[in-house]
Amino acid sequence: MTAVPGVSADVDPEVVESFESTIGRHDRIEPRDWMPEGYRKTLVRQIAQHAHSEIIGMQPEGNWLTRAPSLRRKAILLAKVQDEAGHGLYLYSATETLGVSRQQLTEMLISGAQKYSSIFNYPTPSWADVGTIGWLVDGAAICNQVPLCRTSYGPYGRAMIRICKEESFHQRQGYELLMTMMRGTDEQRAMVQESVDRFWWPSLMMFGPPDADSPNTGQSMAWGIKRHTNDELRQRFVDMTVPQAEALGVTLPDPDLRWNEERQAHDFGEIDWDEFWTVVKGGGPCNAERIAHRRRAWDDGAWVREAATSFAERSGS
Amino acid sequence: MSEVRAEWPLYEVFVRGKRGLNHVHVGSLHAADDQMALRHARDVYTRRNEGVSIWVVRSAEITASSPDEKDPLFAPSGDKVYRHPTFYDIPDDVPHM
Repeated sequence: MTAVPGVSADVDPEVVESFESTIGRHDRIEPRDWMPEGYRKTLVRQIAQHAHSEIIGMQPEGNWLTRAPSLRRKAILLAKVQDEAGHGLYLYSATETLGVSRQQLTEMLISGAQKYSSIFNYPTPSWADVGTIGWLVDGAAICNQVPLCRTSYGPYGRAMIRICKEESFHQRQGYELLMTMMRGTDEQRAMVQESVDRFWWPSLMMFGPPDADSPNTGQSMAWGIKRHTNDELRQRFVDMTVPQAEALGVTLPDPDLRWNEERQAHDFGEIDWDEFWTVVKGGGPCNAERIAHRRRAWDDGAWVREAATSFAERSGS
Repeated sequence: MSEVRAEWPLYEVFVRGKRGLNHVHVGSLHAADDQMALRHARDVYTRRNEGVSIWVVRSAEITASSPDEKDPLFAPSGDKVYRHPTFYDIPDDVPHM
């Protein structure tokens, strides 16, 4: 029998064997199955971080809800922000099947014990940012998420399938928004370019540290939690995005970006990993604001949660 | 502020995608009571016409088989191959069988 990391000797070898063979034949692990503690912990960390990203991700775009330039754009943005809330809820439900409560998850987010994607710590000072987030940020998210539909943990995979179906609208509305602006005035085109300049590199950072600095990737792939490495997905995203940028008429802000005939892929410049780690560790432009906002919403909503509970108790539901 | 109350209970959500189909489990959510669970289920799980009917039930009310008892519980169906039509040899030239 193979040694499984994080499994103590007193675990029934039969359940370990059953887990291993389920993973081996690319079948799904379900909530009531035995699983190694490391597998559970990795999933809780990854799914919770993903859920928190959806919830915090409502803020940068929510910033523009009251100032959308038309009723059409406002309705679209409202639907998109509502989807982000929904995605967060699907993922919180999936995390809870691993034995963590919703309240614990919320508390770990607002205490900083769990992370969310660093991309949401960048501000959205321009309306074009709403389009750029849809195009680049949701585009990067789709690259990450499509393979996760086949992840080895059943509830996570099912949540990802729902999310991916909805995410396509997010990317397309963003790209369409930018196309509309690019057909406008010089000033509007400049706004789009300026926004793309700010979001390009942080979007590439969304795939996480380079494979050499991503110590958990090997184990996550062996367990079927991740299906591709960070660098593979990042490359796929760059290759997908370059022709989209050309069609849009914007320049991606990387002088080293060019097609490599030999690799049949684009080469691109060095990512500023110092910036990435600074933002991950709390030093990004909006980290404090994002968490403060979430904490305020949680605290201000306490009386609603209490009142609903009291009402339910009194009406004996 | 008074001490924090327990979380809203967890509900499992089942959606009938369209007439003629079974309700299928789609996920779970928290709600203070049954009516709120239904409304939350509509908002969380049917934003794009995914359903024509929703069931919600408190997760605590569900009785489930345990994965540990998989073998004994499902054994009776495993060794009765004669329950399947392919068990029976019928000549190829007999029509409509």
